[in-house]
Amino acid sequence: MSDISGSASIADTNESAKKQASDQIKRRYAAERRFKAYGVIAIVLAMSALVWLLASITFTGYQAFVQTYVKLDIQFETQTIDPQGTRNPQTLARANYAALYKGAIRDRFPEVKKRRDKRSLTRMISSGADLQLRDMVLADPSIIGTRQSVWLVASDEVDQFAKGAYDRKSPEADRPFKDKQIAWFDALVASDALEKQFNFPFFTSGTSREPELAGIWGAIVGSFWTMLVTLILSLPVGVAAAIYLQEFAPKNRWTDLIEVNINNLAAVPSIVFGLLGLAVFLNFFELPRSAPVVGGMVLALMTLPTIIIATRAALSAVPPSIREAALGVGASKQQMVTHHVLPLALPGILTGTIIGMARALGETAPLLMIGMVAFIVDIPDGPMTPSTVLPIQIFLWSDLPERAFVERTSAAILVLLAFLIAMNAIAILLRKKFERRW
Amino acid sequence: MSPTFLIIVLIALSVFGYYCGRARATAMVSGRVRELHSRPSYYGSYIALWCAVPAFAVAAGWLIFQPAITANIVVSSLPEALKNLPPDRLGLLSNDIHNLADGNIVSRTADPAMIAAADQLNYYRSVGNSALFVIAFVIAIAGGSYARSRLSPTLRARNQVETAVRCFLIACSLIAIVTTIGIVLSLILESIRFFGKVSVLEFLFGTEWSPQTALRKDQVGASGAFGAIPLFAGTLLITAIAVIVALPIGLFSAIYLSDYASQRVRSIAKPLLEILAGIPTVVYGFFAALTVAPYLRELGNTLGLDVASESALAAGLVMGIMIIPVISSLSDDVINAVPQSLRDGSYALGATQSETITKVILPAALPGIFAAFLLAVSRAIGETMIVVMAAGLAANLTANPFEAVTTVTVQIVTLLVGDQEFDSAKTLAAFALGLLLFCVTLAVNIVALHVVRKYREQYE
Repeated sequence: MSDISGSASIADTNESAKKQASDQIKRRYAAERRFKAYGVIAIVLAMSALVWLLASITFTGYQAFVQTYVKLDIQFETQTIDPQGTRNPQTLARANYAALYKGAIRDRFPEVKKRRDKRSLTRMISSGADLQLRDMVLADPSIIGTRQSVWLVASDEVDQFAKGAYDRKSPEADRPFKDKQIAWFDALVASDALEKQFNFPFFTSGTSREPELAGIWGAIVGSFWTMLVTLILSLPVGVAAAIYLQEFAPKNRWTDLIEVNINNLAAVPSIVFGLLGLAVFLNFFELPRSAPVVGGMVLALMTLPTIIIATRAALSAVPPSIREAALGVGASKQQMVTHHVLPLALPGILTGTIIGMARALGETAPLLMIGMVAFIVDIPDGPMTPSTVLPIQIFLWSDLPERAFVERTSAAILVLLAFLIAMNAIAILLRKKFERRW
Repeated sequence: MSPTFLIIVLIALSVFGYYCGRARATAMVSGRVRELHSRPSYYGSYIALWCAVPAFAVAAGWLIFQPAITANIVVSSLPEALKNLPPDRLGLLSNDIHNLADGNIVSRTADPAMIAAADQLNYYRSVGNSALFVIAFVIAIAGGSYARSRLSPTLRARNQVETAVRCFLIACSLIAIVTTIGIVLSLILESIRFFGKVSVLEFLFGTEWSPQTALRKDQVGASGAFGAIPLFAGTLLITAIAVIVALPIGLFSAIYLSDYASQRVRSIAKPLLEILAGIPTVVYGFFAALTVAPYLRELGNTLGLDVASESALAAGLVMGIMIIPVISSLSDDVINAVPQSLRDGSYALGATQSETITKVILPAALPGIFAAFLLAVSRAIGETMIVVMAAGLAANLTANPFEAVTTVTVQIVTLLVGDQEFDSAKTLAAFALGLLLFCVTLAVNIVALHVVRKYREQYE
């Protein structure tokens, strides 16, 4: 404090001391406010990063849920499809359906005469339209010889133009969609023959080189098989290991070693598990490449620590009084665990398992190592058939240059995030509903 | 007789054995269950175990060895001209025969000898499968009847079943160790093969990384250089950027949430931060490559900076966002673990909240925060998808965050995805890199876990 040198200056010094003190307090309060502001800024930055990420993906992705279709009057000519009139499914399957829609769109614009223009005109329709027509004929052969108006999938350029990806005022050389195509496009719109519909094929078909035909169903089914294998392997093994360590294991060097091991495995980079899968499962045991069963095994090893740690936490939350009561009425130790402790710990175990599975569902890197990056169009029909998974589908599409694939990648991400949110929501609900505090 | 069918049959048999044993046990004492040593269901489980375990063991062994044995028989019955091929050609041939037998596409036109061999292979396979089915079935029945013959009211069925269950539990808990051993062994064995081709010193201290090996002997730049220094440098650069982003944000978020925020803000903000941890890394990678990198490039252009489109900055920035929750949730835990008495003491001396935090709580929580920092670093070093999608491929020894660099994980992925010639230095290098990655992250993790453990003891 201030030194007292003379009575005359006491008031003075008091005054200055007060001022000094209040200045100091002001400074300290300002520092306090600054410090608090740093905290708010940090939270806001983290939140805005989250919002930026989700917003940018949603804004590019939501449009992939609709798809542009073009309505054409298709003449299902007997001459092209089934000249002999046998209605033999093999003949029907092999017919030249591309000629049908190509003819139809040329008829729609009879003024187009030049070869090059004709070609770019037929390119307005997706090259997968012939399969669409074939499926129609195979489903109902009686339409042969009739004239039907059919909504066909438009090509990705038409689709992108319809969604406003190219500015029609920009110079023609700058956009892949040329002036003539815009004129045809406008003509189709004017006659109500072009519209955007909900994109069912995106959810029901496998991947494709053509963005407008590519779907995520193959990847979803692959993810399903992979997750199934992961769950079947990691849940029983994880729970059994946790039960042993928590309830039965003597406290010694060995169990300590196992524990340290589990904690370390939980922090090993996921790509290292991929290397393990490649060296052991593929090269040593010669299991099939790209198969969900191998992916599931690798992911199971990765998920195991998560499940073990969650199960141990759930088991240790069960109060000892319940164990003692069970032992007291003559249950063996295993009876005590299976009849009393395990049922009480089950909600916690399930929550941990779901969270572990959600992490495994989003995992990409280890699956790259075991060859699940192959381009696979067919929908996998079991855990041994080559397949890909949703995150890898996202990775593969993100590499493709077409603009329409960017949109589909984002849409696939939205679907993946929806799955993850659903799984986490279930885990939270389980915890809320069954959590007991003793 | 597919293996799936066999498994179903064996399971059905053991379920049948279970009910059989239970009924038998009750019948033995004519319903007075108290006279049994164990409860009836244990007698049932006893029979079921004897039914299933030996049969499954035999089946598993059979399925593991059958392919090798049938392949040997088929190869030995090939015509002399084919049998005397050099080993690698012979391997190719037997591959083709297998493909032919599976009905897959074969790399060459099949000659009659090969078709015959494939038919023979299919024949042996079906014979083997039928034999397996019969043998497993007989073993299951034999095991079940043996167990049934041993049933008596004094049989200590519960103890025997519990011993079996205990063995299963122990085996499951050993899988963690087996996994670690598997990782270490596979990485070390492949790395040793790699270091047979490239010296350890060149790998650890070389400054040039260009792993292309020659297709032709006279190709330019075909030698392949395996100096990992540029990869370490790139990994460190991106990790450093990530930590510079994540450490202040994560730490201040944790401080704010634990000491300032109201219960409501806390209950909203904490789960939102956790969402950041739950987003798959491939999504972050896409975000980095598609949104952040072009944005930074444009920003750099307006500021007159030359930012590469695969700059280390974009990858590091997004990785930083990813590891914010690692730092914030761990720091939150340790800050909350500081005893309230320390806070109260500080407030009693007239310190403001921020002074209490910076002068009392943070020093007390420092070891825990350091551990959080280490765990975040190890996550960043091992992170793969973000850098694969957003960082460069070319090794570039630079400290400039605006340039493209490559990382250890990117190189592992690019070396192993695609062609798979398993004995070239190129693919083996990936395992050497993996070994390094494993060792570094393991060391960092052990230190971090040790610090966390020590710290917990301090306040408990």
